[in-house]
Amino acid sequence: MSLESILSILQDNWPSYLRGAYITLLIAIFSTIIGALIGLFIGVMHTIPLRKKSFKSVVLKIINIILSVYVEVFRGTPMIVQAMVVFYGIAAYGYVMDTFIAGVLVVSLNTGAYMAEYVRGGIVSIEKGQYEAAEAIGMNHFQTMIHVILPQVIRNILPATGNQLIMNIKDSAVLSVISVTELYFSASSVAGATFKFAEPYLIACIMYLIMTFAASQLLRFLEKKLDGPSDYNFQTGKEVA
Amino acid sequence: MEKVIDIKHLNKSFGNHEVLRDVNFSVAKGEVVSLIGSSGSGKSTLLRCINLLETPSGGEIIYKGENILDRNHDVRQYRTHLGMVFQNFNLFNNHNVLKNCVVGQQKVLKRSKAEAEENALKYLEIVGMDKYINAKPSQLSGGQKQRVAIARALSMSPDVMLFDEPTSALDPEMVGEVLKVMRMLADEGNTMLIVTHEMEFAKEVSDRIVFMDKGVIVEEGPPSQVLVNPQHDRTKEFLKRTLKQ
Ligand SMILES: Nc1ncnc2c1ncn2[C@@H]1O[C@H](COP(=O)(O)OP(=O)(O)OP(=O)(O)O)[C@@H](O)[C@H]1O
Ligand SMILES: [Mg+2]
Repeated sequence: MSLESILSILQDNWPSYLRGAYITLLIAIFSTIIGALIGLFIGVMHTIPLRKKSFKSVVLKIINIILSVYVEVFRGTPMIVQAMVVFYGIAAYGYVMDTFIAGVLVVSLNTGAYMAEYVRGGIVSIEKGQYEAAEAIGMNHFQTMIHVILPQVIRNILPATGNQLIMNIKDSAVLSVISVTELYFSASSVAGATFKFAEPYLIACIMYLIMTFAASQLLRFLEKKLDGPSDYNFQTGKEVA
Repeated sequence: MEKVIDIKHLNKSFGNHEVLRDVNFSVAKGEVVSLIGSSGSGKSTLLRCINLLETPSGGEIIYKGENILDRNHDVRQYRTHLGMVFQNFNLFNNHNVLKNCVVGQQKVLKRSKAEAEENALKYLEIVGMDKYINAKPSQLSGGQKQRVAIARALSMSPDVMLFDEPTSALDPEMVGEVLKVMRMLADEGNTMLIVTHEMEFAKEVSDRIVFMDKGVIVEEGPPSQVLVNPQHDRTKEFLKRTLKQ
């Protein structure tokens, strides 16, 4: 393995690598966002206060049991196996999914299962007093969630979401088993065509590292931005109204 | 005098622990009532039952001639008429001072943003916090937080203000600024129901003192009677104990 051979492989195959990296990023970003939304939904469903013995509460309980099963299944099995089961399972019913869509679906469901726990934890960690204050001024549960609780939860789970994005950039590599043309898939194609192995994968390795590093920096920036300035400026009433 | 809230035969149990037993009392318009009593006597529970943060086990709460404990009564609508101030402030941590006082007006009372902000600023000025509209709760002292919480409650234009030991979580040097605001509100004719351990303050501002012990109202009347010349042994004992401290 030499620098020259790496450069020559890059020269011949850079469009393929770039396309692979692009697909990897796309899958990671979409899946993290969709997964976070799934997690928010489940977290909220799990924390709706139940009034005993109403029809609604029975329905809610059943939905929550189904959601819990989903979380356990997706946290308790390897993503590479989930990808095979989802893709070939659906294919067995005569519908061949677009591999990119299948990839986003699997990674999203996986992310959602992890995020659900973070969100639930985030919601219960907000002091009871803020719920009571919202209730006392007449907000309903939904308004309390939207205007008071979830903005704080989202801020609190941002680091976990960032971690998840980084994991998804890396772990989407397993989607090559269902032929999603992401970065790892590109690297193996190049390896197959050139009969070289170390170089094509080393290139992929560096590209993964660049993407994950960029993602973590971006998230740190976002966190700072969301926190706003650390001091407030005095302002007289008239400037606001 | 017109009663704003009239409580009849109110009971509250947690499991089989009876915390309130046959509580009867009312607050008239413009009246300032202080609720005193030893720790665990049920003062907070009574206040929380009044705005239904706790569900009473029995009895009636009459507001504007209607029993709000009736099954089909609109609880949220009723709550907007009560301004609650908590011991621990309970400001919304995701909003700045102004937004804390605006969000309820906009989302619950459906006031326009401009109207809500104008109204919020009016009350923030009254409590002396209008310079801090951009500050987040985490950037404020306890006394400042509590004054914002008072402004938030007032912004909803309530008929009654409920205070649950508003100064108990404060460092001693900040108690004064909050009591000063409350004294001013009392002087302006606001209807107020205050749970407090500040006897001196209660004596000054209250039209009526209600003494509770073990979930029942033992004695009530003007401060000059209940605090100076109590009729019941339990009241005398409580006062002796608190004044000694
Ligand atoms: N959610 C609850 N579950 C069970 N018991 C409760 C609950 N809230 C209050 N209690 C009990 O009810 C009784 C009255 O409590 P409450 O908080 O109303 O007293 P208080 O007069 O406000 O006391 P303090 O001066 O210490 O605030 C206490 O014995 C308390 O343990
Ligand atoms: Mg109390």
